[in-house]
Amino acid sequence: MYSVPEALIEARQVEKYYQQPNQNRIQVIAPLDLAVYPGEILALLGPSGSGKSTLLRILTGLSGASAGQILWHGQPTTGPCEDVSIVFQSFALFPWLTVYENVEAPLKARGVPAAERFTRSLKMLDAVGLDGFENAYPKELSGGMKQRVGFARALVVEPEVLFMDEPFSALDVLTAENLRSELLELWEDKKMPTRAVFIVTHNIEEALILADRIVVLGKNPGRIRTDFHVELTRPRDRKLPRFTQLIDYVYKVLTQPEAEHALPAIGPAPQPARDRYPMLPHARTGGIAGLLELLADQNGRADVYQLADLLSFEIDDLLPIVEGAALLGFVKLAEGDAEITPQGLEFANADILRRKELFRSAALEHVALLKQITRSLETKSDHTLPDDFFHDILDEHFSEEETVRQLETAINWGRYAELFDHDSQRERFYIPEPEEGANEPSEQPAKTGT
Amino acid sequence: MTIPALSRSLIRDRTWNVLMDATVFATLLAIGFAMVSVARYWFSAPVAAVEISLAPSAIPRYAFYSLVRMVVAYLLSLVFAVAYGYIAAYNKRLEAIMLAALDILQSIPVLSFLPGVMLAMVSLFPSRQLGVEFGSIVLIFTGQVWNMAFSFYASLKSIPRELMEASRIYRYSGIQRFLQLELPQGAIGLVWNSMVSVAGGWFFLMACEMFVLGKRDFRLPGLGSYLQSAASAGDTPAIVWGITAMIAVVVLIDQLVWRPAIAWSDKFKLEQVESSADHSSLVLELVRKSPILTRLREKMTSPLAERMYLSAAKRGTESEAPTPNWQRAFWAIAGIIAVLAILHGVFQGLLILRGVSRAELLTTLESAGATFLRVTASLVIASLWTIPAGVAIGFNPRLARIAQPLAQIAASVPATALFPVLLLALVRMGGGLNTGSILLMLLGTQWYILFNVIAGAIAIPSDLREAASIFRFRSLERWRIVILPGIFPYLVTGLVTASGGAWNASIVAEYFHFQGKVLSTFGLGAEISSATDSGNFAVLLLSTVVMATLVVSVNRLVWRPLYRLAESRYRLET
Repeated sequence: MYSVPEALIEARQVEKYYQQPNQNRIQVIAPLDLAVYPGEILALLGPSGSGKSTLLRILTGLSGASAGQILWHGQPTTGPCEDVSIVFQSFALFPWLTVYENVEAPLKARGVPAAERFTRSLKMLDAVGLDGFENAYPKELSGGMKQRVGFARALVVEPEVLFMDEPFSALDVLTAENLRSELLELWEDKKMPTRAVFIVTHNIEEALILADRIVVLGKNPGRIRTDFHVELTRPRDRKLPRFTQLIDYVYKVLTQPEAEHALPAIGPAPQPARDRYPMLPHARTGGIAGLLELLADQNGRADVYQLADLLSFEIDDLLPIVEGAALLGFVKLAEGDAEITPQGLEFANADILRRKELFRSAALEHVALLKQITRSLETKSDHTLPDDFFHDILDEHFSEEETVRQLETAINWGRYAELFDHDSQRERFYIPEPEEGANEPSEQPAKTGT
Repeated sequence: MTIPALSRSLIRDRTWNVLMDATVFATLLAIGFAMVSVARYWFSAPVAAVEISLAPSAIPRYAFYSLVRMVVAYLLSLVFAVAYGYIAAYNKRLEAIMLAALDILQSIPVLSFLPGVMLAMVSLFPSRQLGVEFGSIVLIFTGQVWNMAFSFYASLKSIPRELMEASRIYRYSGIQRFLQLELPQGAIGLVWNSMVSVAGGWFFLMACEMFVLGKRDFRLPGLGSYLQSAASAGDTPAIVWGITAMIAVVVLIDQLVWRPAIAWSDKFKLEQVESSADHSSLVLELVRKSPILTRLREKMTSPLAERMYLSAAKRGTESEAPTPNWQRAFWAIAGIIAVLAILHGVFQGLLILRGVSRAELLTTLESAGATFLRVTASLVIASLWTIPAGVAIGFNPRLARIAQPLAQIAASVPATALFPVLLLALVRMGGGLNTGSILLMLLGTQWYILFNVIAGAIAIPSDLREAASIFRFRSLERWRIVILPGIFPYLVTGLVTASGGAWNASIVAEYFHFQGKVLSTFGLGAEISSATDSGNFAVLLLSTVVMATLVVSVNRLVWRPLYRLAESRYRLET
């Protein structure tokens, strides 16, 4: 691996963190090494929050790393790289420019004379199948057509490395499939002068269809979990046993964040997990209930990947729900399968009041943040505390944005469990006064660890 | 496609275009002539008190002079606003202070600067008419630039991150980024704010075309001075002529400038999907189709732009270098000089303020209270009629189509132009300025509330209204549960603007030179005006500071919390 080709872009011990005012630092990406070699399509996979897009922006020079170095053909660089392009998830087309003007603009920026701009832009529009649309405005095009313009704009400058930031995730399934195969066609037929493609995605299948090499990031902080070559020939058949085997493998890596997996991969050993504040997965209580009902219907056990497929969920949407159910002890995760526990089964079959009770005791037993909020509120004589109090606690462990999301999820769960409520006007948590005849609040669960 | 239809449309196209070309030629000729005559007038020796002719035949010339002042002031404002917004958005160190400055400058009563600016400008060009003209232009400028600057700043700040990244990764030069990303992004906001600003500009222009400063009587030939003279002389036909001309100018500008500008700016909407209701403008269509302008674009602007892009692209590659030391030193020195200048100004101001007696201080504070009450009264009265009317218009599309343009025209007729006329009526009816001034404030400020209420009512989703009728809400409940919360954010915006406008209007509404006499009532505006009149700079400075402080503190203590409430609780999210 370290032998023949010289890397086009190389990250050495690159990391990203945010310095908090209180000396704490939020690590987004742990120090990592990653190189892009000529002739390969590299797919970067990872759950949301693993810093995929951040890593892409560091590699392209759009944003700086907190430490470490970016080498471009072996030379350290700062600022945006000269010979790269990006295809954006949101297309990032200029709505007031026509298709032609959008594609022409990067050439203008490079000082290419008008006549050459004209031929090159038209040729590229031709290549992506947009001839006839030169004078249309982006808003007149469908999503797929817009992303074709995005491709044409990226390729017209003949970049050495083409970066793509989830280029297909804003498109519907069929359009995405179509564009993927066209991209592969351009690549295989050497119709684009690009020497390497770097694609960020959260879609495992997409990565396996496109990539020569797959790098999977883990989160908290972002780090390389595995890095392996896909030796399958193109076009790839989704039904091949090896294909599904690799999908399962990636799923296992993604669903079991702390475990080590050995398969054809040679990945650097993940750093030992620091003692971290347990994080609430961002799942709605309704989603968890739905998952449990579904599992109960499926005889209590299902493959997470098949589940996602069945629900046509992206892994990013399904994972938090599965993690949430697992955190509450309603589900056990093993080998990429989710298995419902007796408590989970009871929950799935209970009526709404009983469900709330089960949820409440599970939350108080397993979920640190909910436990902490409830206990803090109970110790106060007026049973109320300002947001800032919990904000400050979480601030030490999470970024500003994540802190807000953690509290939002906690409020959603706490309300469902009727542990506490929240007043967004006064920005306070509180335990509501018990209603007459009701005996719900502060009913202690049978078994408490504390 | 049938041939007759095609040929007919061709013919029609051609006639229109010849017509258009003739118009373009005529316009160019007229502009040339106008520039010469304005220059001749500006560089003539100053005439302190121009005799204003009340003959209707003089009106076109006066209207033209007023218009030139507006155009020059507006162009200045536009350039300044873009530069200010740009620096504030990209310079992290200056951003906070520039925003605070915007906030305060927006709240300062511009008219109280009138004497200072005029005196400075007259002494700058002692031998030319230019001085007084510049004074009026600077005043209009200070009245209209701030909201434009803020709008451009806000547009820059809301550029989607990925568009910004695209412009960086494709290595746009500064000029390309400005022309292809930043200016288009700001265009819509700039157009709408320009409309509001120019309407405000007319307000000030009408007031400062004719005023007294100590013994000096400044008069600029223009529509404002014409109307004041006409009202002063009690010449009803002249008044009617003047107002008609004023309305005609406002309507013409609306049709020839703002409609086309709004229709043109539609293409800068940051939307990825085509929307149905776009604006249209006949004038814009004609301009787009004119062969002369098209040829001008092909032969002149496009090659020029091409050369500019290319040279910028060449320079762009070297521009990543760190700022050299001499540049840093230059900015440091500039900063120190600015701070020293500010300190000096504050010191001088304090020196002047020492000349204020206790009694004067007390009077100023009491008068501030009186004006505060008047401003509040005018806001209450305005809300009382505009909220029901605005909601009725907003809920009824057919009514809105008729009422909105009418209201827009009514709103853009500057209240200050009507002041003398209203005063005349007041004097004839024997009313005093005490309550009369409330009426005058109302005249200028009610429109802000009306427009915002209409916009708010239109924005209430129809399913909310349908729900209200399904559940048989009685009208009280409808207002309490649906309508008032729905229009609340808009209402707050309207009230903020209106209250700022009312404070400013108090300067002209509480004190007036009329028919050789001074009409006035007790209030902070009168205080400012009379101090201007008698050249009492200590009181003038004091009352200006008091007014600015009052406006800023009301903004901070009342409007901002209301804004926050509106944004958090009463936002209709879609």
